[in-house]
Amino acid sequence: MAAVAASGRGSATRRLGTVLRRRVIQVVPTLLGVSLVTFILVRLLPGGPVQTLVGVRATPASIAAVSRQLGLSRPLVSQYFTYLGQLAHGNLGYSFLTGTSVTSIVASHLAVTAELIGLAVVLALIIGIPLATVSAYHRGAWQDQVIRAGTVATLGLPSFWVGILLVTYLGLRLKWFPSGGAGTGVVGTVDHLFLPALTLALTFLAVVVRSLRASISEILRADHVDAARLKGISRFRVFSRHVLRLASLPVVALVGLNMSYLLGTSVIVENVFALPGMGQQLVSSILQRDFLVVQGITLVFGLIVIVISTAVELIQAALDPRSAA
Amino acid sequence: MTGRQATQALADPPAILELNGVSAHYGKVRRRGPGDRRPAARRRSPGGSGALLPALAGVHLTVRPGESLGIVGESGSGKTTLGKCVVGLMPISAGQILFRGQVVGRPGRVADVPRVNGVQMVYQDPYSALNPKRTVGSTLREILTVHKLCARSQAQERSAELLESVGLSADILKRRPRSLSGGMCQRVAIARALAFGPTVLVADEVVSALDASVQAQVLNLIADTRETAGLTVIFITHDLAVVNQVCDRVIVLNRGAVVESGLTADILSRPSDPYTRSLIDAVPELAGELWQR
Repeated sequence: MAAVAASGRGSATRRLGTVLRRRVIQVVPTLLGVSLVTFILVRLLPGGPVQTLVGVRATPASIAAVSRQLGLSRPLVSQYFTYLGQLAHGNLGYSFLTGTSVTSIVASHLAVTAELIGLAVVLALIIGIPLATVSAYHRGAWQDQVIRAGTVATLGLPSFWVGILLVTYLGLRLKWFPSGGAGTGVVGTVDHLFLPALTLALTFLAVVVRSLRASISEILRADHVDAARLKGISRFRVFSRHVLRLASLPVVALVGLNMSYLLGTSVIVENVFALPGMGQQLVSSILQRDFLVVQGITLVFGLIVIVISTAVELIQAALDPRSAA
Repeated sequence: MTGRQATQALADPPAILELNGVSAHYGKVRRRGPGDRRPAARRRSPGGSGALLPALAGVHLTVRPGESLGIVGESGSGKTTLGKCVVGLMPISAGQILFRGQVVGRPGRVADVPRVNGVQMVYQDPYSALNPKRTVGSTLREILTVHKLCARSQAQERSAELLESVGLSADILKRRPRSLSGGMCQRVAIARALAFGPTVLVADEVVSALDASVQAQVLNLIADTRETAGLTVIFITHDLAVVNQVCDRVIVLNRGAVVESGLTADILSRPSDPYTRSLIDAVPELAGELWQR
């Protein structure tokens, strides 16, 4: 039996190795693609960083001088390869406007975005688990219909609109929560993040409820849940120990697989609530045509999505051999 | 299993389990998972005509202590529903269920049978019957500690004893169902039921998911436990060979109603109901074997 266990562990390690190797091979081309697309897209926008720096009434001579200084007068291909060369050394470049390194800009905004997404996931689970549970236990009954229709409706609501409604009513009218900005300390942070996180959570809620409802009702059909009921333990204990614990595994994967969606929506939410996160920085950099900051943040977004989906895939592969195939 | 024993069992007056005109219904569409506690009569589909399909229609049944009763019928005849009503996983819509002479099941409720020293169940699919994320040890220990069936410090030891009583080694306490064979899982499920010290064991198609050699082992295990623990066993099965092998007495269900009941040998060799005859004729080898008797 010891031998069986040992070979089991060996094959598990091999399996994880396969997943990791495949993912690492994908990382470089994916990031190259992201960098190339954003490089081209920001340059397709009318205007540019030079315009922002020198103003509308600058002379052609000063425009040319600043362009040369920023290295923007060189051919695009050469600019791109210079950029790649910097990336290879882990250098994301410098902001045209402030001269700050993109790495430090990202570092100073990453925490807010991470907190926003983290709190949103927690809220989505706090709201989603009871809804999914009621839905699964009352499959097909009116409770289920109402919850399913309701969550699908939240999926259709644009997050900027939900955000504005929440700010207007809970923030400005009722003054329960601050209407924007970031707070300090744990209480202040959560207080300021609550409405934005709720907005993000609501757009994510439908996905959580649907997936949990499906996995809970599948588990309810299994005989071991009947057996747990026959153990004479409380209904709550049957649910928490035997149903929810099993149903929560797919949700972990769900959060990982929807990371790109959460990051994308966080850009909108941060701008509605004036949260100084990566999304807000991204939008203001796009407006100022601060090319390297835009490229840098986009690359970091891409990297986060890849890292998290790889982590989720590794966890799944470790738990379930079939998913590694 | 001789006819003489069975006759004695029949002559023995106090029934351990009695069903008096028990009916049960599913809505047109089955609305919730097993163990639904709402009365069947309220589980109608909102859009439909509200007609209810009877799964059991007025079943009368008496189970004597220590006997082995077979419940046979085809798929959809109400066998599993009967089992679920008896253990208290499904509400009955009419009639009453008595355990040791006390009314435990009333219409609109699930039967409130005792868990410890009461009625327990073993299921058809051995893998589905065990929580995949829990080790065999934690499954068994939960029962022992929740019901204080032994001191917390002895739970480990007692779990090992239970496994040994079903012919498994204590080594598997740390393993999860995935790493066990179907036969082993079924033995663990039996050990789990035995942990309660049950008086009645409902075995719902316990061997139909196992291969032939393992089937015999599991049936023998149940038969042995029956003798050593003085257990009453209700075998729910569609397999007449199983009935012939392990049951003293048998009842035949068709469309939720009892069409025939009596001693196994009598029913299998001289079925009086055409439905029973058709069931027996569906198993050619068995029919031949029985005519030879």
